[in-house]
Amino acid sequence: MTTLTDPPRESFRLSMLLNDTRYRSFTFQGIALILLIAAIAYLGNNLATNLSAAGLNISYDFLGDPAGYDINQTLIPYNSQSPHLQAAWVGIINTLLVAVLACATATVFGVIAGVLRLSNNWLVAKLMAVYVEMFRNIPVLIWIIIIFTIMTVSMPGPRAFRGDNAESSMLFDMFAFTNRGVYTPGPELTNPLFASTALNWVLVLAVLVGAFFGARALSKWATAKQNATGIRPTTWYWTLAVWFVPVALLLTFMGLTWDIPALKGFNFQGGIKIGGPLIALWFALSIYTGAFIAENVRAGILAVSKGQTEAASALGLRPGRVMNLVVLPQALRVIIPPLISQYLNITKNSSLAIAVGYADITATLGGITLNQTGRAIECVLLLMLFYLVISLSISAVMNVYNNAMKLKER
Amino acid sequence: MKKSLFLGALTVAGLAASAAAAATLDEVKARGKLNCGVTTGLVGFAAPDANGNWEGFDVGVCRAVAAAVLGDPTAVEFVPTTGKTRFTALASGEIDLLARNTTWTFSRDVDLKFTFVGVNYYDGQGFMVPKELGVSSATELDGATVCIQTGTTTELNLADYFRSNNISYEPVPIETNAEAQQQYLAGACDVYTTDASGLAATRATFEAPDEHVLLPEIVSKEPLGPLVRHGDNEWGDIVRWTLNALITAEELGVTSANIADMASAAGNNPEINRLLGTEGTLGEMLGVSADWAKNAIAAGGNYGELFEKNIGEATPIGLARGLNAQWTDGGLLYSPPFR
Amino acid sequence: MSDIHAHSVAFVRDTQLPPAPPPVAETGVVKWLRENLFANWANGLLTIAALYVIYLVASATVPWIVRGVWNTDSLAQCREVLDGVSGACFSVISERWNQLLFGFKYPSELYWRPSLAFAMLFVAAAPVLFFDLPRKLLIFTGLYPFIAFWLIWGGSILTPIVALAGFIIGYFVYERLVTGSFAAGFFGGVATAFAIWFIGGWIIPDGAGLLALEQVPSRDLGGFMLNMMLGVVCVSLSLPLGIALALGRQSNLPLIKGVCVVFIEFVRGVPLITLLFVANVMLSYFFPPGSGVDLFLRVVIMITMFSAAYIAEVIRGGLAALPKGQYEAADSLGLDYPQAMRLIILPQALKISIPGIVNIAVGLFKDTTLVSVISMFDIVGMIRGPILASTEWNGVYWELFMAASVLFFVVCYGISQYSQWLERRLATDHR
Repeated sequence: MTTLTDPPRESFRLSMLLNDTRYRSFTFQGIALILLIAAIAYLGNNLATNLSAAGLNISYDFLGDPAGYDINQTLIPYNSQSPHLQAAWVGIINTLLVAVLACATATVFGVIAGVLRLSNNWLVAKLMAVYVEMFRNIPVLIWIIIIFTIMTVSMPGPRAFRGDNAESSMLFDMFAFTNRGVYTPGPELTNPLFASTALNWVLVLAVLVGAFFGARALSKWATAKQNATGIRPTTWYWTLAVWFVPVALLLTFMGLTWDIPALKGFNFQGGIKIGGPLIALWFALSIYTGAFIAENVRAGILAVSKGQTEAASALGLRPGRVMNLVVLPQALRVIIPPLISQYLNITKNSSLAIAVGYADITATLGGITLNQTGRAIECVLLLMLFYLVISLSISAVMNVYNNAMKLKER
Repeated sequence: MKKSLFLGALTVAGLAASAAAAATLDEVKARGKLNCGVTTGLVGFAAPDANGNWEGFDVGVCRAVAAAVLGDPTAVEFVPTTGKTRFTALASGEIDLLARNTTWTFSRDVDLKFTFVGVNYYDGQGFMVPKELGVSSATELDGATVCIQTGTTTELNLADYFRSNNISYEPVPIETNAEAQQQYLAGACDVYTTDASGLAATRATFEAPDEHVLLPEIVSKEPLGPLVRHGDNEWGDIVRWTLNALITAEELGVTSANIADMASAAGNNPEINRLLGTEGTLGEMLGVSADWAKNAIAAGGNYGELFEKNIGEATPIGLARGLNAQWTDGGLLYSPPFR
Repeated sequence: MSDIHAHSVAFVRDTQLPPAPPPVAETGVVKWLRENLFANWANGLLTIAALYVIYLVASATVPWIVRGVWNTDSLAQCREVLDGVSGACFSVISERWNQLLFGFKYPSELYWRPSLAFAMLFVAAAPVLFFDLPRKLLIFTGLYPFIAFWLIWGGSILTPIVALAGFIIGYFVYERLVTGSFAAGFFGGVATAFAIWFIGGWIIPDGAGLLALEQVPSRDLGGFMLNMMLGVVCVSLSLPLGIALALGRQSNLPLIKGVCVVFIEFVRGVPLITLLFVANVMLSYFFPPGSGVDLFLRVVIMITMFSAAYIAEVIRGGLAALPKGQYEAADSLGLDYPQAMRLIILPQALKISIPGIVNIAVGLFKDTTLVSVISMFDIVGMIRGPILASTEWNGVYWELFMAASVLFFVVCYGISQYSQWLERRLATDHR
C-alpha cells in the first residue's frame, strides 16, 4: 500500500521478486531459463557421455559417400554410385510427388463425398456416410497395407499378359494394368529443338502458360465488351483455339510420337511406368484423407446459414448461381483452413511409404541409408528437419491465406 | 521397470555419471538375465512359436551364452530388433549381445565400433525365381523386378552384382519377409533375393515349394555372427568362447546326450576335460564358473545339434551343412583350441 | 318448381364419402422411394449407381465371409476344407485371438489381469465422460491408474501405493500452501511428492513380496492391449501437459512463450513416425548410461509429447474463443493469474475444447499402430510379424487385417459417437 503514496522512492527488496508483479515475471522467466539450461545441459551431457562411451561421433561426412543401393523410382539422375545425399534428394522428390498427387485426388474424393453426403438421395448419402466412417475410424497404416495387398493380389502380373491366349490384355493395346504398376504410352519427340529432353518440355510448358494468359486476356476483353454493350460475345471457340492450336503446332513440329509399352523379357518396356507402390500409397492416402476432407466440406456447407440461400433465392438467382456466388465463397472460408491442415497430414502420412516399399525420404534417408551407415542420430535429425521445413512453409502459406480471407470488419 | 517408471526422473546425474563403463558381465549377473537382440521373426533363426517361446538357431546362441554366464539357458530376455534398430540397441546398451543374422563387414566392425566375436553361419546372397520363368542363371535376369528385404547388406550386394554384370533391374524394397513373400508369390516381382538360408526357409513355407528354384549364383559372402560392443573385451571373450565351445564340442563329439557323463569326471581326452572344466581353470580365466561350457552345450546341444534341430535337413527349412560343416568335413568351422 | 328441381337432380348424397386412399405414388414405401431415391432422373441414376456399387462389394465379400472356416489349425487345412472355393479362413483369428489381443509374450494364465483392468477402465472413464453420474465415482477414476498399473505389470502393490501416496500427500501440501500463493503450493506439492517417492524407493525393495502379482516386463506387452494402453496412457498424460503448453503459448512472458511455441510447432511439424524413430534409435542416448529406460516408456514419452502439442493447439483455440470479458471480469475481481485460470478461464475453455480433444484422442489411438514400424508387437505388428511369419498362417492377410479393422472401428466409432453426443449436449447448454 505504501507504494501508492511514493512508488519511486521504494528501494528494491528481494521479496519484491516474488510479490511485485513488475518484477515477478523476471523471477519466473529466470527460473524457467535456469531449468531449461539445466535440462539441455543434462541431456547434452548424457548424449556426449553415451556417444563417447560407444566411441561414436556425430558427423555428416557419410552423406558424401556412395550410397551403393538402387532406387526403383528416380525422377532425378541417380545410380548406386551416387552419394547418400543424392539418394536423400531422390527421396525428397518422391515424397513431394506422392504428397502433391494425393492432395489433389483427396480433395476431389473429399468434395464429392462431402457434397453427396448432403444429397437428398437417401441411399447415396448413407453410402457416403459409411465411406467416411469406415476410413475415419480405421488407422491409415492398416488401410495402406490393405490397399497395397489388394493391388498386388488382385491385379495380374506381367506374366499374365504373355502367350497367345493370355489371361489379361492391354487396354486399347496401350495401357497395361499390372500389379507392378500401370504402364501408359509416353510421349517422345523425334525432332526435338534442343538436345536436352527436359528443355523441350519446358518449352511446351511455356507455350501452355502463354496460352493461359492469352485465354485470360480474351475473357477480360469479353467482359469489357459485355460491360460496354450488354452482350457477351461468344468466345468459347477462340478460347479453345488459344489453348490448343499453338501447343499442337509446336508438338507436331517437334515430331511427337507415342512410345507404347510392350511386354519384353520380364517386364513391360517403354512408355511411362507408374509404380505399384506409388499407386497404392497415392490411392490409400487420397481415399483416407478424402474421408476427412468430406467432413470438412460438409461442415463448411452446413456452416453457411440457411438464410443466405433463401435470401439469394429471393433475389431470383438460379440454384447453380446460389451455390457459386453465395454459398461456396462463404463455405470456402470455413473449409480452406482445415483443408490445408489435411494437406499437411498427407505430407506427414506419406512417411508411411516404408510399409509399401515406396522410395520416399523416410525409406531412403531414414531407411536404407540409416541401415547401411548406422548413423541413426544424423539421419533422423535430417529427416525431421525436412518435414519441419515442409510443414512450416505450408503453415506460412496458410497464415497468409487466412489473413487475406479474414472477414474484414468495419 | 517399476522403478524406472516413476523413479526414473529421480535417477539424478550424479548417480549415473559413474556407471558409464560398468562391465557388461557384471551388469548381466546383477540383472540375472541376458538381454539378447534377435530378429522380429525369421523361421529357423529366431521366431516366437505359438506360445511365445523364442526358437531358432540364433536363439540357441543366446541361450548358450546365458547358460555359460548365469547357468540358466532360460535367463534370456529376447529383444526383437529390426534392421534399423539393431545397432542402436546394441550401442546404447539396451541389449548385451546381438545375434540377428548380422553380416560381419569392415565398416560395421570398424566404423560402428562393434566386435564380431565369430561366425555362426556362413551364408551368401542367392536368388529365387519361379520355375516357369525358365531362368537358370542370375545373369539372365536382365530387366527383372527384384524383391529385396531391406535393412540388410542385400541391397548393396545386389546393386554391385548387377552393376558388375552390366544388367539392369528394378528393385522393390520390402520391410518384412512375409510381405516380400506375398509380393513374390503374387508375381509383383520376378525374383526374390536375400540370404540363401532365408530363401530356403521362405521356400519351405510355400504351398508348392517345387515350383520355385534357387539359382546357382551366390553373389556375396555373408558371414553371420553374434556381435557385442567395442571396448568390453572380457564380455567379448565370453561370447566368443561360448560360440567356440559349441563348435569345438561338435568336433570332439560332445553332445547334449553324453555331456553329463563326460563332465562328471575327467576323461582321457585332455581338451574335452579342459572344455568341460574337469581340468584346468579356463572358466576362472574367463571370469565365469568352471562348468560354463558344459552349461552352454547342455542348453541346446553342440553346434551340430543346434543346426540340425533348427535349420538342418530334417526341418522344413532343410539346409545342408555346406560351408557350415566342421573343417574336418570340408567346411569352414574351425574353432581355436581350448588351451 | 320444387318438383321440377327434385326431378332434375337425379341423386343427392346425404352421407359423406369415406376418404379415398392417397394415390399410391404419394404414400408409404413408394413415396419414400420417390422422394429419397428417385426424385429426378439424375437422382435415379445416382441410386442405380450406388446400388451397383453395393452389389459389387457385397458379391465379392458376402459369400467369402459366409463360407469362412473357423476351426482349422493352419491355412493349408483351410484350403483343404474349402476345396478350391473362395472363402475366408477365420481359423487364424480363432486360433490366434489371444495373441491379437495380448501379444505373444504375455503369460496366458495372466490374461485376466489386463482384461480386468480393461473392464475397470469403463467404470473409471464413466464419471469423466458423463457428467450426470455421481461425482464420488471420480475417486475411483483417481485410483484407477494405480490399480491398472499393478494389474498389468504386476509386482508388489507397494509400488503403486507409494506412487499414489506421493500424489495424495503432495496434493494436501498444495491445498495447504495454495491459499498463500499458487507458486508456493504448486512447487511445495511437487517437492513433497518427489520426496515421498524418493523415500518410497527405499522401502519398495523390502516389501517386494507384499501382495505381489507376478511381474510382467513391459516388453511382453503386445497386441491390441498395447494399442489401448498407449492410447489411454498417452492421452491422459498429455492432457495436463497440453494445458500447460497452451497456457504457456498464451503467456506474456517471452521466454516461456517462445519455448512453448518452438516445442508445439516442432512436434506438429514432423510425422509421428520420425518421433518414434527418435524414441527407438535416439532417445536412449539422452538418458544416463545404464538407466535402461525401456522401449515402452520411451515410446510413451514421445507419443505424449506428440499428442500434447496437438491438444495444446485445441485448448488454445478454446482459450481464444472465450470472450475477452471473462478475462477482464476475473482481473477486476482481483484474482491473480493462477486463480483466474483455475476458477474462471480453464473450466470454460476446456469445456469448449472437449470435442476437439476427443478427436485428437481418436486420431492418436489410431496412430498407435505406427509402433509396429519400430519393432513393437501391437496388433499390426503381431499380424505383420509373428503371425504372418509362422509356417501355419503364412499367406492369410484379409482375415487378420479385417479383425484389426473391426477392433479399431468399434472403439473409434464409439468414441466419435460419444463426441457427437457431447457436442450436442454442450451446444444446448449454451442456448
